[in-house]
Amino acid sequence: MGGRLAAPATVGTALVLGLAAAAPWLTFVFTIALAKGLAVLGILLLLRAGQVSFGHALYLAVGAYTVAFARPLAGDVLVLLPLATAVATLVGVVVGLFVARYRDIFFGMLNLAFSMVVYSLLEKLYAVTRGTDGIRVDRPTIAGVALERVPYEWTMLGLMLALAIGLGFVARLFLASPLGQALPAIKARETRLEFAGISARRVLLVAYVASAALAGLGGGVIALTTLHVTPLIAYWTHSGELVFIAILGGGGAVLGPFLGAVAFELVRVYAAAAFPDAWQMILGAVLLGIILFASRGLWGLYEGLMARLGRRA
Amino acid sequence: MSGPLLSARGLSIAFGGVRAADGIDLDVAAGEFLAIIGPNGAGKTTFINMATGYLRPQTGTISFAGETITGLAPRAIVRRGIARSFQIPQLFTEHTVLENVALKVAARRGFWHGFRPLLDAATTRAALAVLDQFGLGDAAFARATELNEGTRKLTDIAMAVALEPRVLLMDEPTSGVASAEKFAIMDTLVAALRARGVTAVFVEHDMEVVERYADRVAVWSQGRILASGPPAAVLSDPAVLREVIGVEARHVGGGGDARA
Repeated sequence: MGGRLAAPATVGTALVLGLAAAAPWLTFVFTIALAKGLAVLGILLLLRAGQVSFGHALYLAVGAYTVAFARPLAGDVLVLLPLATAVATLVGVVVGLFVARYRDIFFGMLNLAFSMVVYSLLEKLYAVTRGTDGIRVDRPTIAGVALERVPYEWTMLGLMLALAIGLGFVARLFLASPLGQALPAIKARETRLEFAGISARRVLLVAYVASAALAGLGGGVIALTTLHVTPLIAYWTHSGELVFIAILGGGGAVLGPFLGAVAFELVRVYAAAAFPDAWQMILGAVLLGIILFASRGLWGLYEGLMARLGRRA
Repeated sequence: MSGPLLSARGLSIAFGGVRAADGIDLDVAAGEFLAIIGPNGAGKTTFINMATGYLRPQTGTISFAGETITGLAPRAIVRRGIARSFQIPQLFTEHTVLENVALKVAARRGFWHGFRPLLDAATTRAALAVLDQFGLGDAAFARATELNEGTRKLTDIAMAVALEPRVLLMDEPTSGVASAEKFAIMDTLVAALRARGVTAVFVEHDMEVVERYADRVAVWSQGRILASGPPAAVLSDPAVLREVIGVEARHVGGGGDARA
């Protein structure tokens, strides 16, 4: 990924693969975590502009249900994932044209509203969506090859790692471009951007559509990993989870969302196993600790550590 | 080109009962440095806001290079070549000085295409050229939040100049600046604007600055233009002094009659 991100990206990939090899059930956990990381990467783009969406589970759901609906017609992961991304992009444009007019609490709440409308439609339109029963997704082929469960899950994890690194790289280029640099300018002084001849609304729309596409792709991967899609994926707690992970991981670099997502899923899985009644409290305490003592998130902790090591060397 | 570059005819706007512009007619010739003076509330900033599209006049028209621009959005007007700076500097606080100016260079030269970095070679060179002209080369990598007021003012104006405007409207370029610094700042920015052939309109309260740097001065009061002409003549007009400048008269330098 160039520069200071190449080393942590390589180490992270090796850690994920190594841990998954040691404890095979983690293959599933990591794939889901990294898929959420994609959606969180989208959240990060919006955070750069100072905007928080409390409704991005909508795009997870759009991606996941696109896979579920299209699965009987298209049998390959390499068709289903681009399709999920495309549909989420389209929905992102339509919703984005509306929400990009608003800022701050209105932006956040409108996103929440859209996601909850979709959630209730998914739940109520039983004839189409099978309601809370959800839709089972038959395991598709990958590049034309039909795989058994274990190799399938490994291939999905490998694919997801490649997507995380590739799209992280693209996001990094985007954030360094004039358009990406205009996002913090929206946060600081939106009117000055207008007086430079730039439409802040259009800048935010581009970031919003990109975030929708990333979340849609993530939702598609989740559907292809769990092989079962329910309306719960659109529920607001999932949207909140994405924002939670964004803060946990930190917005300083494009690896933050993936670091945060993996840490989040691991804490959740292990805390839920060890303290079945208190795991949500543990997650809450972790977030509180991060906000109080490491406001730049886990990535900020990592950077601080590297800076200290660098000074000592 | 013959005829004025920027021209206002019959501009009026009222906020509640206050007439901030009441039939303003104003022409600015290409290359001219026009100072606008007058007491607070005379409608000076309102004029800048109308000329840049931030406010829409209730009646009247503004034209630029022969084209009517009344009612256009700010970003449409700036693309035609009218830029502005602000009385209170409006910097992008999360960026460095160089990035602040580079964003403006990029805004002018293609913002939307590609994944080129903002600070690519061409944009960086153009931004540094502007910074050098404003004597801000040393501050290029300082964050916008770390600057003193004079540097903030210059950065704010440099950002507007990076848009390569034909007309620059400046709202009190020396306000908030230590008086020892004001001539240095004006010398720098006037030289930069003249070198670039930029026409300038600036709102100013400091009569020493007006005398020294304006080609022409327009005196505003209660939304009207009371007098307009060369600074020496206008600023020594007892009627102008009495009616408009009032308490500011003590700032007038030079001729003793101005203090009368």
